[in-house]
Amino acid sequence: MTLAELICPAGTPAALRTAVDAGADAVYCGFQDATNARNFPGLNFTPEELGDAVAYAHAKGAKVLLALNTYPPAGKVDLWRHAADLGVRLGVDAFIVADMGVADYIARTHPQARLHLSVQAAASSPEAIRYYCENFGVRRVVLPRILTIPEIRQIRTEIPCEIETFIFGNHGLMVEGRCSLTNYLTGQSTNMNGVCSPASDVEYARHEDGSMSSQLAGFTIDRFGPDEKAGYPTICKGRYTTSNRAESYYAFEEPISLNLSRLLPDLIDAGVHAFKIEGRQRSKSYVRNVVRAFRQAVDDIRNGRAANIADLVALTEGQKQTQGAFETKKWR
Amino acid sequence: MAVIQMKPKLTLGPIAYHWSAEKRRDFYARIADEAPVDEVYLGEVICSKRAPFHEGDLPETIARLNRAGKTVIVSTLAEVMLKRERKATEDLAAMDMPEIEVNNAAGLYARGQKPHRIGPFMNAYNEATIAWMARQGATHVCLPTELPAEAIAVAASAARDLRLGVEVQVFGRASLAVSARCYHARAHRRTKDNCQFVCEHDSDGMPLRTTDDRAILRVNGIQTQSESYIDLLPEMGRLAADGVSHLRLMPQDVDMVGVADVFRNVLDGTLCTDEADRHLAGLCGAVTLSNGFYHGTAGYRRMAVTART
Repeated sequence: MTLAELICPAGTPAALRTAVDAGADAVYCGFQDATNARNFPGLNFTPEELGDAVAYAHAKGAKVLLALNTYPPAGKVDLWRHAADLGVRLGVDAFIVADMGVADYIARTHPQARLHLSVQAAASSPEAIRYYCENFGVRRVVLPRILTIPEIRQIRTEIPCEIETFIFGNHGLMVEGRCSLTNYLTGQSTNMNGVCSPASDVEYARHEDGSMSSQLAGFTIDRFGPDEKAGYPTICKGRYTTSNRAESYYAFEEPISLNLSRLLPDLIDAGVHAFKIEGRQRSKSYVRNVVRAFRQAVDDIRNGRAANIADLVALTEGQKQTQGAFETKKWR
Repeated sequence: MAVIQMKPKLTLGPIAYHWSAEKRRDFYARIADEAPVDEVYLGEVICSKRAPFHEGDLPETIARLNRAGKTVIVSTLAEVMLKRERKATEDLAAMDMPEIEVNNAAGLYARGQKPHRIGPFMNAYNEATIAWMARQGATHVCLPTELPAEAIAVAASAARDLRLGVEVQVFGRASLAVSARCYHARAHRRTKDNCQFVCEHDSDGMPLRTTDDRAILRVNGIQTQSESYIDLLPEMGRLAADGVSHLRLMPQDVDMVGVADVFRNVLDGTLCTDEADRHLAGLCGAVTLSNGFYHGTAGYRRMAVTART
């Protein structure tokens, strides 16, 4: 059985301490700039805060993974290089990278540094994963959320590195690292700026019949009836019409959370080394509850006890949840 | 009007849609005979289920285009996950002729140090990545569609220093996302495995509209595209001056020979961009044109270009 590490989100220094205290094996975080894929206002770490965070985590036996998982546009590569140099100086335990130029820089300049391949690199076949392992010494791949458990089990036998999978949180629909939807509507790029459906472009409009529209950069992403709860206008979770669907429908996916609690034993059995919880934008109390519950469940499974899955399922109570592609390829 | 210095080559990208074998044969026959493009990319990039319908025609199409004096490059799948996709990628990577354009890291792995082109799905965003790719045998790189002008200039200069061809899409819908899920099948309450190829009915993509009836996106199987066609006609002079060596037209379901003529005439300096823009708008019917990505703003927008070559 693998160690089944629990990799937890840390959007702020306070969330990092909370996640570590709640039993995270590792936390992942980023700097306050475009070098990471959650470049949201009010999130992330100054260099000084990251230094303190590393000390705090290490004192409690937890690791700190630094996300450098965006794609530098030409002419701005130095920002990513400096972030990598800084991460090495501050003693982070691994870098989560997507761009080949960034991976190559770290592999050559800091050969002792540990590299994880971000989900943003979209490596979904053994060949693609091996490319990054053999060329940059990648030690772990974060798999795209598009594979079934039998597929993960098969990939495990064909690659020389560890596997990390998402188990909980926001359920991305598009192949990560290949999505320019936000840039098309707002002028801010997910790949280059670390931005997705930015709050600064969000507006809600109330209509006379009591319904509410959610808009991104002036485009209506969804419309909610008077009794419906208005959701956040993420482009790939919106409702649209098309030729054969006069009634608006979720063209890509419903606003839904990924929750793989029930599949935890199968994933461990398939050889997954680490479980990732999404949510660097989430509150401290959310992080505390989710990390604590998964810590208990993973420990139970590793000790041969039945995990209390009901507690984990309850974490998304009131919200729709899915096992996505992990359960069946019919999802596709 | 000035003739553009260091004239770039005009290329035709791979067909993104599920056009029937017959429609493809007619299309490429006309391209071979009439379209003033220098290079043509063939092959299925979006969905591996479609390939069997038209891959048998590939050798004949290649021969036909070659006879017409056009360089042919075969593009590989953007998404490689299933066995048949891994096999298809491996098979293409093993070919010596024609050239191949790789769109997935699995293709890079299979190709090794043998010469290859880097496709637009490979995320060659910057000079460091381009330098890495050049060291691994890349001879040519197509930049991501969302890259703005300043970054294109830096990337193109780096690529030229490494003697790589460098390509930018100047016409057609932008690829905005790919997914493991087929949204065409979903719209018809099917799944990818029993899609019954419903995407064949939308030869220019399936339009999505907002609830207040504004055209926003196009669905093409697992791919999501822009509603607008990119149009960088007025920007071609700057692209050429910045060292971009190849300009890509993406096949849309419009008169592509006419489109190629317009771009060719502007490159040759026989048509001014104002007039060319009017011609192009006429050829594209109701579809809006955009250049926002190039100008560092929302991709769907159309910015006025004052400094014309």
